[in-house]
Amino acid sequence: MVDPRYSNLLPRTLLYLVLALFVAFYLMPLYVMLANSFKPLAEIRAGGLLSPPEDWTVTPWLAAWSSAAIGVEATGLKPYFLNSVWMVIAAVAISTLLGALNGYVLSKWRFHGAGLCFGLMLFACFIPFQIVLIPMAQILGMLGLAGTVSGLVLVHVIYGLSFTTLFFRNYYASFPDDLVRAALIDGAGFFTLFGRILLPNSGPVIVVTVIWQFTNIWNDFLFGVSFADADSQPLTVALNNLVNSSTGVKEYNVHFAGAILAAFPTLLVYVLAGRYFVRGLLSGAVKG
Amino acid sequence: MSAEGMAAGLQRLMPRLVFSPSLSLVLIFIYGFIIYSIYLSFTSSRILPVNDWAGLANYLRLFKLPHWHIAIRNLAVFGSLYITFCIALGLLLAILLDQKIRLEGGIRAVLLYPMALSFIVTGTAWKWLLDPGIGLEHSVHLLGFTNFHFGWIKDGGLAIYTLVIAAVWHTSGFVMALFLAGLRGIDEEVLKAARIDGAAGLRLYTRIVIPQLRPALFSAVIVLTHLAIKSYDLVIALTGGGPGRATELPATFMYSYTFTRNQMGIGAAAAVIMLMTVAAVMIPYLHAETDGRRHG
Repeated sequence: MVDPRYSNLLPRTLLYLVLALFVAFYLMPLYVMLANSFKPLAEIRAGGLLSPPEDWTVTPWLAAWSSAAIGVEATGLKPYFLNSVWMVIAAVAISTLLGALNGYVLSKWRFHGAGLCFGLMLFACFIPFQIVLIPMAQILGMLGLAGTVSGLVLVHVIYGLSFTTLFFRNYYASFPDDLVRAALIDGAGFFTLFGRILLPNSGPVIVVTVIWQFTNIWNDFLFGVSFADADSQPLTVALNNLVNSSTGVKEYNVHFAGAILAAFPTLLVYVLAGRYFVRGLLSGAVKG
Repeated sequence: MSAEGMAAGLQRLMPRLVFSPSLSLVLIFIYGFIIYSIYLSFTSSRILPVNDWAGLANYLRLFKLPHWHIAIRNLAVFGSLYITFCIALGLLLAILLDQKIRLEGGIRAVLLYPMALSFIVTGTAWKWLLDPGIGLEHSVHLLGFTNFHFGWIKDGGLAIYTLVIAAVWHTSGFVMALFLAGLRGIDEEVLKAARIDGAAGLRLYTRIVIPQLRPALFSAVIVLTHLAIKSYDLVIALTGGGPGRATELPATFMYSYTFTRNQMGIGAAAAVIMLMTVAAVMIPYLHAETDGRRHG
């Protein structure tokens, strides 16, 4: 009889071969963006997108960062990168903090109507944002926040709130009630209980929430294109302008460098904390 | 009232005090806005919102617009292919990865990273890859196969499929992760019993394993349907809705009618229909999810 280890050899090889092909397919666009961002334009035209760079250059990166034309102005992506950074820091911090407090209230201080509140927030996670675009544009105008980064922060806080609340609520729901009761008997108040007992035990859910919010807000395009003006655009909108409204010569290498710039922060987070990213995705899909 | 009494009262009110600003935001900016948009869809608003009641006029006009019909048809084609391919590919990859693969973690990470990228970045990468002048067609020509043609993105009848390619690349890894989590959740005892009964290989999967993945499949369909209906960024970055109107979707229709064609009433009506479609899918799902948890 053949050793089972060897009878398995052919299917195993085939299995790894198929997986290798898939890995190549999924990596190809990233490879193409990276490789071509280091090539002169002439080399891309002559050798196509798939060949590795021969005549390495960082000029496309410098152009994408500080001199490429975005719309009418030749500012490069730098100012818009900074817009996105400020927007994301403020919006993630505020929405996560509020979400933690809300989740704490909804799970540990169940009041009359808490179930309904939970349902309203749950459904809010899934609305197509087209339904709020028109009134939001009007309100931002009335508040004097139209076309500002602060306006975008407000929008992202509001529409991220449901998600952050649900993440924390579901996490705190499995936090032992006995500990909460013991702390209350010891005289802990609302905020003491939160700050001393729950918050110190919230590490994983904070990481999951921050990553979820960071990825979503950094990658948002719809709110950015609807509510920002030429100066307050986030990076996604600026990148789209760079790629799609360029007239004349299409500078593929600059476009790809810009795309990597736009992808870099979320990719970095994914590489450093992929486990939490996946956890957020899965709990976003299967509530609870 | 004593000071202690007041403090105790404040403590009792605190949860509601802390929660009410967020609840107000949600009530105003989500539910209030939904009601307002529904209202606008019944007015003759054009460049600015006005209060002239127009009844169903916007909806009647909407459904007479060929442009809207194209958007709906495109969504049906794009949505069904996107969902089918993501699920087929996600299931296949999850099963392949469940065969005690070396480097499983690394491969999983590669399959899932597109999900961390924005649709704008995804669209930019695929736009040039699919461009016949510079992308894959050009590369194959350089290898000497000059008869090779792959110009779907420039072809009105085929461009919608390029949207499917880019979107499946973006999301299928996530569906794989959903299924893999489901596979890992199957009771070892059940599998052992099935093996003793003689189920093996493909039959083990079709008879025992895949039916157990129903909850994961259900979640995947819901999330993908939801993503398909909302699709906007990818269209803008990849094709801009073109060539012509070949890749217009309801989301791009809504945006252009509201903000560039100054037909706000029609745009609002389109948004309402999008919301209703999402609600028809999500509400039963959320109900089942939360109910199941309460009773189970």
